[in-house]
Order: sequence, then structure tokens, then C-alpha cells
Amino acid sequence: MTQQDSATAVEFPIPPAPTLYHPAPQLAQLRAHQPVAKVTLDDGTTGYLVTRYADVRQVLIDPRFSRAAANAMGPGGAQTGVSMLAEDSMISLDPPEHTRLRRLVAGAFTARRVEQLRPKVRALVDELLAEVTARPHPVDLVEHFSLPLPVRVICELLGVPPQDQHIFHAWSDTVMSDASRDPDEIRSTIVKLGEYFGKLIADKRATPADDLMTALIAARDEGDRLTEKELLNLCFGLLIAGHETTANQINMFLLTLMSFPEEYQRLAASPELVPQAVEELMRFVQLGDSSSNGLPRITTEAVELSGVTIPAGSVVLTSALAANRDESVFSDPDRLDLSREVAQHLSFGAGAHHCLGAQLARMELQEALSGLLRHLPGLQIAVPDSQLRFKSGMILRSLETLPVTWQHEA
Amino acid sequence: MWKLTVSSACIGSGVCAGTAPAHFAIGPDGRSRPLASPVEPDDIVLGAAVNCPMEAIAVTDADTGTPIDPPP
Ligand code: HEM
Ligand code: SF4
Repeated sequence: MTQQDSATAVEFPIPPAPTLYHPAPQLAQLRAHQPVAKVTLDDGTTGYLVTRYADVRQVLIDPRFSRAAANAMGPGGAQTGVSMLAEDSMISLDPPEHTRLRRLVAGAFTARRVEQLRPKVRALVDELLAEVTARPHPVDLVEHFSLPLPVRVICELLGVPPQDQHIFHAWSDTVMSDASRDPDEIRSTIVKLGEYFGKLIADKRATPADDLMTALIAARDEGDRLTEKELLNLCFGLLIAGHETTANQINMFLLTLMSFPEEYQRLAASPELVPQAVEELMRFVQLGDSSSNGLPRITTEAVELSGVTIPAGSVVLTSALAANRDESVFSDPDRLDLSREVAQHLSFGAGAHHCLGAQLARMELQEALSGLLRHLPGLQIAVPDSQLRFKSGMILRSLETLPVTWQHEA
Repeated sequence: MWKLTVSSACIGSGVCAGTAPAHFAIGPDGRSRPLASPVEPDDIVLGAAVNCPMEAIAVTDADTGTPIDPPP
């Protein structure tokens, strides 16, 4: 809590957590004793890791913590697919430039517009799960449910033809990989994605349709409100941002529920808890590992946080995983309580960059969870945790497969 | 001049406060409120209103009451 404390050397990146269900204990230590901890980044420079709820929220909302400056400096050392893709997109701009791009698409992602999509998403959930129940046990939910659901939803919204959707899986994996992946491979994948969307944009210019891509093309051609490159980046940015995250959130929801069987039973008995349960699961689950932090910010002037003065020009990292377990905001934070009246969790971020797809992801997660309770009663994961295979070198926990069984109805 | 209001639909995302910090801030209840109203017309206020995921921000003409965003 004092300048002195923050000078104590911190092991960084934070070592991996011993379980899938809780953050590494080091994060709780930092939250208590060094809430704004000095850390040494990959490239040898000094950064600050922020772990308290109020501080994380402030960093994300306060304009003195700049994404554009962080992007320009390319801090944190190694490049990942996400950092490369982010270079030219709204996540790397500050208001008002950021605002200009985001307002072009915000209307399609409001709670009201998302609610209008709910019946379609519910029908899609029913369709996918009817196919699942027709298969012999065990069934891989990644292949047959958690990945196709968000891919089909975002492709439908953008107007990407269904027959092309399968080609994104490999591309998206490459883009979502961590610094261990060959940067040239990532770059060439981003080029391929660009070529694909370039062609699709040309098609839609020739034959407009009732979809988000057509609306964005009109904003470019008629309103001149974005450049051709921005148009391209928006399209594939939306595709990538929404799909691996939501798919693996569904997987992590299920793994977490299975490891807290009383809570799962409670939810199965009271499906009306689903909306609250989704918020609590969003707060609780460890979608990324404890070593991963959100995209960096850089201070545009000196800022004091929890008694520590962060000098101007410093890299600031936030741990939403730590903030979501802050006992000053969430009582008994390490307990999963699906009927908790939650304060806003930070899993969708906050501030100007608060997840554009948050309402859509919420709705998809609610429908996915309701559908799983409806169609697959008595759901069980067919392998022990020790046999779960996560794709290696990804920035979030991404399951290769999730084999499940359930009770057939009589 | 523009009159700014934030409705109870606000979920405290902080989009408005991050976008137009001179006009909106998150209060102790975790919800947004306008820092002043009425204010001089400024495009960034409309940006914040359009980007609000809950459509909780209303901008109206302070004299006539005519809606500016969401548009009538
Ligand atoms: C459960 C699923 C999801 C999670 C956990 C998630 C999480 C996040 C987080 C934490 C941020 C803020 C990053 C930062 O400030 O550094 C963000 C931004 C963003 N998300 Fe999501 N997201 C999810 C689903 C989606 C979906 C479905 C879309 C689809 C459109 C989407 C599109 C975006 C975009 C475009 C941004 C950048 C917004 C901006 O810079 O203004 N996300 N997301
Ligand atoms: S953008 Fe909307 S929901 Fe978010 S804090 Fe502002 S008023 Fe509330």
C-alpha cells in the first residue's frame, strides 16, 4: 500500500494457477499488499500491475490511461496475433478517434437490438443440441456446440455466408495464439483474412444485403465515415473478437459448474436463475490464466492509485481475474454463488473499450446455458480434469475437445 | 444548449465516462450521471450516447425539449 511495498520484486508473469477454478494465490497477495505492483516486462522495462477492483475499473475508464499510447509504443515485448490485429482497430485508439469507429457499429450491439436476435439464437441452440442428442455418447461439445454457436451468430450478423464459416476456425486459432507462435505465420493468416473479407466486401458492394457488413460499406461509400482499411479491420475484428472468447466461456462455464455440483443442481432445479448465474459465472471463471492481463495502457501523466504514484509514460496492466475476486466488493469472493446479487464484474472490461459484444455474449451465454439444461439433463464431463486438453500457446484457455454424456430421457 | 439525462437502464459500463469524461462520470452507486446539464452542444456527447449499450443516455434540446439522441 506504500511506495516501499510496491518496490518489492514481484515474480512476473504471475505463475500459472494450481487449479482451473481460482486465480493464482499470488494475485490475492498482490491485491492485499501491493495493489499497484512494479513488475519487469518481457522487454526489460518496468510496468505496473493493478489488482484491486476500484483501481482496475479506474484504469479502464480514466482517459489518462491511454490505449493509443500503448499501441504506439508496442509495450510488453512479444507480439501476439491479437496485438498485431489490434494495431489497426478500435481497441488501439483513444476517444474521439475511437468513438468515430465504435459509433458506426454500436447500434447493432445494444441490449435492445440483441434482444431481437434472441429467438433466432434460441432456435439455433435447439437445432445444434437436437443434433448433439442424436449422436452416440460421448459427444464433443466444442465441435458440435460451443464453437459453432458463436461463429454462426456473428457470421449471420455480419452477413458471412454459412458455407465459408468452417475456414475461420484455423485462422482464428492462429490469430488467438500467444507469443510462442511464429509471427510470420500469424501475419500471413491476417493477410488471408484480409483477402477473404476484401472479396466479400466487393461482393456485397455489388449485391447489398440486410446485414452489418452492408451497413458498414454504406457508411464508407455514402458517408465517408471510415477508410477502406478500417472497414476491412472492423469486419474481421468483429469475427475474431467474438468467437473464441464466447466458445471457451461456454466450456469454462460447464467445467466450473461440474466442479461445484451443488450449484449446478440448484441451477438445474431453478432455470429461472440463468441470467444471474451467467453474471456470477462471468465473474468467477478463469477464461485466461493468471499470467494473462488485458491489453496494456500507458499513463499520459503521473497518476496516483492506491497510494502509489505511477509516473507519466508507464505501462499499466490490469488483472480482471484479481479484481473479480476483490473481497471489498464481492463478499466471500472465492465462493461460486449463482444467486449472488453481483456488482458489475470486470470480465467485459470497462470504459470506452467496454466489450462491444457484451450484450450479445450475455444473451448467447444465457441461451446456451438454458439450452444445455433443457436438452442434456444430468450432464457430465466424460473425462477427468487431468485429461482435458487445452490448445497450447493460446492467450485464453481454449479446449481442444469437451466430451460429455448425459441422461437420456425415458 | 443540450440537456443530458441518464436513465435507470444504465449498467455502469463506463463507456460514456471513458468517451466523454468532461460530461459523464460514474457515481458511488456504480451508475453514470451527467456532470452538468444543460451543456454546450458537442459531438463527443452524441458519441457517448450512441455508444451506450443500454441506450440509457438521452440528449434533448434544453429550450424546446426536442430529442437529439436518440433521434425522434
Ligand atoms: C464471453 C465472451 C467475451 C468476453 C469475455 C469479452 C471480453 C472483452 C474485453 C475484456 C474487452 C475489453 C478489452 C480492453 O479494454 O482491453 C473486449 C473488447 C471488445 N470485444 Fe469482447 N468479449 C466477449 C465477446 C465478444 C463478442 C461476442 C464480440 C462481438 C462482436 C466482441 C467484440 C469486442 C470488441 C469489438 C471489443 C473492442 C471494443 C473497443 O475497443 O471499443 N466481444 N471484449
Ligand atoms: S454508457 Fe450507458 S450503460 Fe454505460 S455507464 Fe454510460 S449510461 Fe451507463
